[in-house]
Amino acid sequence: MIRQPFILRILQDRLASFILGLLLLSAFLVPALNLYVSPESALHVPSYVVTLLGKYLTYALLALSVDLVWGYCGILSLGHGAFFALGGYAMGMHMMRQIGDRGVYGDPVLPDFMVFLDWKELPWYWYGFDNFGFALLMVLLVPGLLAFIFGWFAFRSRVTGVYLSIITQAMTYALLLAFFRNDMGFGGNNGLTDFKDILGFDLKSDGMRASLFFLSAMAVIFGYFVCKFIVESRLGRVIIAIRDAESRARFLGYRVEYYKLFVFVVSAVLAGIAGALYVPQVGIINPSEFAPANSIEIVIWVALGGRGTLIGPIIGALVVNYAKTYFTGALPEIWLYMLGGLFILTTLFLPKGITGTESIAQSFENYRLKLARWLRPHDFPDLNKEPAE
Amino acid sequence: MKQHTDTILYLDSVSVSFDGFKAINNLSLYIEQGELRAIIGPNGAGKTTMMDIITGKTRPDTGTVLFNGDTALTELDEAAIANLGIGRKFQKPTVFEHHTVFDNLELSLKGNRTPFESLFFKLKTEQRDRIDDVLKTINLQDARNQEAGSLSHGQKQWLEIGMLLMQDPDLLLVDEPVAGMTDAETIETARLLKDISKNHSVIVVEHDMDFVKSLDCRVNVLHEGSVLAEGSLDLVQSNPEVIEVYLGR
Repeated sequence: MIRQPFILRILQDRLASFILGLLLLSAFLVPALNLYVSPESALHVPSYVVTLLGKYLTYALLALSVDLVWGYCGILSLGHGAFFALGGYAMGMHMMRQIGDRGVYGDPVLPDFMVFLDWKELPWYWYGFDNFGFALLMVLLVPGLLAFIFGWFAFRSRVTGVYLSIITQAMTYALLLAFFRNDMGFGGNNGLTDFKDILGFDLKSDGMRASLFFLSAMAVIFGYFVCKFIVESRLGRVIIAIRDAESRARFLGYRVEYYKLFVFVVSAVLAGIAGALYVPQVGIINPSEFAPANSIEIVIWVALGGRGTLIGPIIGALVVNYAKTYFTGALPEIWLYMLGGLFILTTLFLPKGITGTESIAQSFENYRLKLARWLRPHDFPDLNKEPAE
Repeated sequence: MKQHTDTILYLDSVSVSFDGFKAINNLSLYIEQGELRAIIGPNGAGKTTMMDIITGKTRPDTGTVLFNGDTALTELDEAAIANLGIGRKFQKPTVFEHHTVFDNLELSLKGNRTPFESLFFKLKTEQRDRIDDVLKTINLQDARNQEAGSLSHGQKQWLEIGMLLMQDPDLLLVDEPVAGMTDAETIETARLLKDISKNHSVIVVEHDMDFVKSLDCRVNVLHEGSVLAEGSLDLVQSNPEVIEVYLGR
């Protein structure tokens, strides 16, 4: 727990309870307004909006997972998109198997892309994915295991700071290239798509969309409480200690690598869950989800919302993605500049993000004063300094 | 060679070099159980490197390092050595700036250090009392709930010493504890360290001669990675080689 000024802490807790309450309310309200209010009514929420909001919520969970490792343990992961994508692929594989003989080629076992590649039998790593429970297990296990193996080597070798960020980036890029290959058996460039149903429920039905939205909202709330429990425990204080003075923690007898490994794996599993909820809502998963730029974008959501606050990144992800939807529609050519600009402005004016700053106006004022002082030192004496004798 | 079973720390012909530079050169040093020892020496004499070797940060090329007479430290890492009972204070005061003074001490509590244990940790009453005792010892009761980052330089030094006390180590390594302290703080620190040395073995590395004098203990002079002289401060100060090293060049 970052001990900020008391008032701010209260405000943040209030903010958290407000946001979580809102999430809980919308988890029930949005599906209800979609399913039970007639389309003519002004209160009706169209199905595409339900799915869009559901997608934002999976991003919010993803941002939360990054905040746990970056905000609290100082591990700036620029590869979290990989864990998200792996969770998504695991869910996608299940839905591919569910298609059965309804595919274009009508093969009862092989997904279409395998028939197209003239494969005769299912690769061993596709076994079991026809079982929903097994697929869910893989959603948790595959990202968790990759994070464990990656973290085991990286943290034991004491790779930290920018070097760690670079190798996380390399990890997701390597996976991007690997998944592009048709030989990998994950649909290559096109990825997995054309999904029909989960547990017999049509993915395109309103009921299914509403359920996925509900589950996504609940997953964010669940993720928040998991992270909150971790950061409020003594383990949370240890990872903050590691973030602030790693060698001090080591010389106190803490095995820094185990602590980092723990939060990294938890975070990867949360990212995997987010990915598994994302794929059925957008209807496709392909290697572009591994793109390094995606992972960097997550970091922007977290920075903008306020890292090390848990609730901030949730807000950041929702706000930035809403803005993205709006601006890529209204002014598509400027969106990337806006995103870059937002990140620069955040770093300059809101180093603690939206939720961590006393007031945005105050910080602009501070910056203006600093600038004025720098330009005309005599007119703006620095009140913080002792007067010269 | 000295009988090493009654030593808390035993270094024998330890050498380490970095890129051909011999930072520690055939260093031998014995510290007895319960002893307070000061180590002085000019810059680059290898004092901090010696601490790095003892605490597992640096692995020596050759030589033996034994703790409590029989535990070889050269094969262990920092965390293992810390849990054996060796505490270390850094030259630059290093505390967890975003935690309160209380939390800093709480994190240093002797005990299990596994992540799982930490996740479900609950502070017991006697542990709370222990923290309050140490707060009193290092004179920071009033700063209990203050963020450590807001403490003065001297207070941070004390907090770090307090964190070592919470670990309750058999051996404390204290690197330049009075650097940047006021005279009053220096006197207070000397009193604190002497007090601690009643129940712990302590090694102090320091430049400040007045401070070393006030510790009133055995002194080693380190020079170019090995021991140049050993004895009381008066004795080593009158040693012509020591005078040459400090005043010559």
